[in-house]
Amino acid sequence: MSVVTIGVLALQGDVREHLAALGQLGVTGRPVLTERDLDGLEGLVLPGGESTTLSLLLASSGLFDPVAAVIGAGLPVFGTCAGLVLLAREVRGGRPDQRGFGVLDCAVRRNGYGRQTESFETTVELSAGPNEPSGSMPAIFIRAPLIEEVGTDVEVLARASTPGTGELRPVVCRQGSVLASAFHPELTADRRLHQLFLAMVERAAVDRREPSGVAG
Amino acid sequence: MTEHSDSSAQTGTFAVKRGLADMLRGGVIMDVVTADQAKVAEDAGAVSVMALERVPADIRRDGGVARMSDPALIEAIQEAVTIPVMAKARIGHFAEAQILEALQVDYIDESEVLTPADEAHHIDKWPFTIPFVCGATNLGEALRRISEGAAMIRSKGEAGTGNVVEAVRHLRSILGDIRRLTQADSAEQYGWAKQLGAPIGLVQEIARTGRLPVPLFCAGGLATPADVSLVMQLGAEAVFVGSAIFKSDDPARRARAIVEAAAHFADAEHVAKVSRGLGEAMRGEGPGTLTEHFADRGW
Repeated sequence: MSVVTIGVLALQGDVREHLAALGQLGVTGRPVLTERDLDGLEGLVLPGGESTTLSLLLASSGLFDPVAAVIGAGLPVFGTCAGLVLLAREVRGGRPDQRGFGVLDCAVRRNGYGRQTESFETTVELSAGPNEPSGSMPAIFIRAPLIEEVGTDVEVLARASTPGTGELRPVVCRQGSVLASAFHPELTADRRLHQLFLAMVERAAVDRREPSGVAG
Repeated sequence: MTEHSDSSAQTGTFAVKRGLADMLRGGVIMDVVTADQAKVAEDAGAVSVMALERVPADIRRDGGVARMSDPALIEAIQEAVTIPVMAKARIGHFAEAQILEALQVDYIDESEVLTPADEAHHIDKWPFTIPFVCGATNLGEALRRISEGAAMIRSKGEAGTGNVVEAVRHLRSILGDIRRLTQADSAEQYGWAKQLGAPIGLVQEIARTGRLPVPLFCAGGLATPADVSLVMQLGAEAVFVGSAIFKSDDPARRARAIVEAAAHFADAEHVAKVSRGLGEAMRGEGPGTLTEHFADRGW
């Protein structure tokens, strides 16, 4: 792959960890604070943070519409925790005025796993396509959004049992060029989800060069 | 830490405690004394609220013993907002901390703003599932709190004054010593541990990494968007704003401006824009007029 630049929305949250993860994989990470920062990106990460705060700051910085536009045009995007909330089609238990991009066909409940006393770490089994990263990986859930429903076009790449109820719920989802996790892969040393995202970025770049899609 | 019978899930691990602090970075944590104020803070984009009975400026004015807030007040604030809710326990008052844990607050601030309950000991924070934030005026104090289990450090500043000078002093002291420590050789690191009154393991870790093992936030006396920009540029990773918001002319607007300043702290044009026509900031107190320095509490 040639030099690839991935943006990380840098309005609030654990931006540094995502930039570091991308750096470890040999990719340039660029903090995104203004519309100009979106120029020439091949992918965008929406980090963990407070989704209500991020949603307000996206609007006030004038970034909301341009980010929605690039995602709509097919720029690969990876959201973790609050990033998942911003990508979900339906947000439950949020603020009525909370705006999101609505590009991942799922319904999430904000803080669906409970308050901080219920935050937890566990291991999850990642199972993506052939030649894509897979296997068990550590997962840290912080006041995490609970994915309650997913649409038929959404691939569930990992599930985890919900502490307390034991119910298996999706925790990593993908729909086209949109990837999202309820937990924080950026907080652990395991880079497989970021690798998976970079593979999606590479595929999108190939598709742009060869729009017929025969490159698959 | 508890093991769930149905899975390998563990709550209350250090990674989980520190993780919430990481999610608050770049944000503003606001002191609130009512559910209505909590809504104003959330509407303005606060990443978290600190539920209190009195803001530090009023604690100063009223005198007397300042204690943990009434659980009913904390619960009303938890009901009112979707963002994390923090609450304060007195230094060393582990029973207040146990109550706050039972109330399921998201972070406990073992705070010098309340009247200390123990003149020699801070709370042993390791047995708790809830994470703690503690204040520090220098690197040694920060490392002692981390060794006791704090998952976030805030520079103390001088709460309730509206004067940023102490916040700057404490932040510069902590970060300046971290920078100096990274230049120390392995033998000198033992000298640093002795001088700081801090565990050698933490001293060695900082010498290697050049940063605290937990996020460093800033508190105490921040009153304007410019104050927030200043301390974030100095190296604070997020800010606590107490009396300054609800003691100002237009709290909703000032709260919003301070959130913007924390997100865009390096963009002077943006900070200028949000600072315009904000109305009067809290009047505040100069350090010469203070009868009691909260920052001197803690050991």
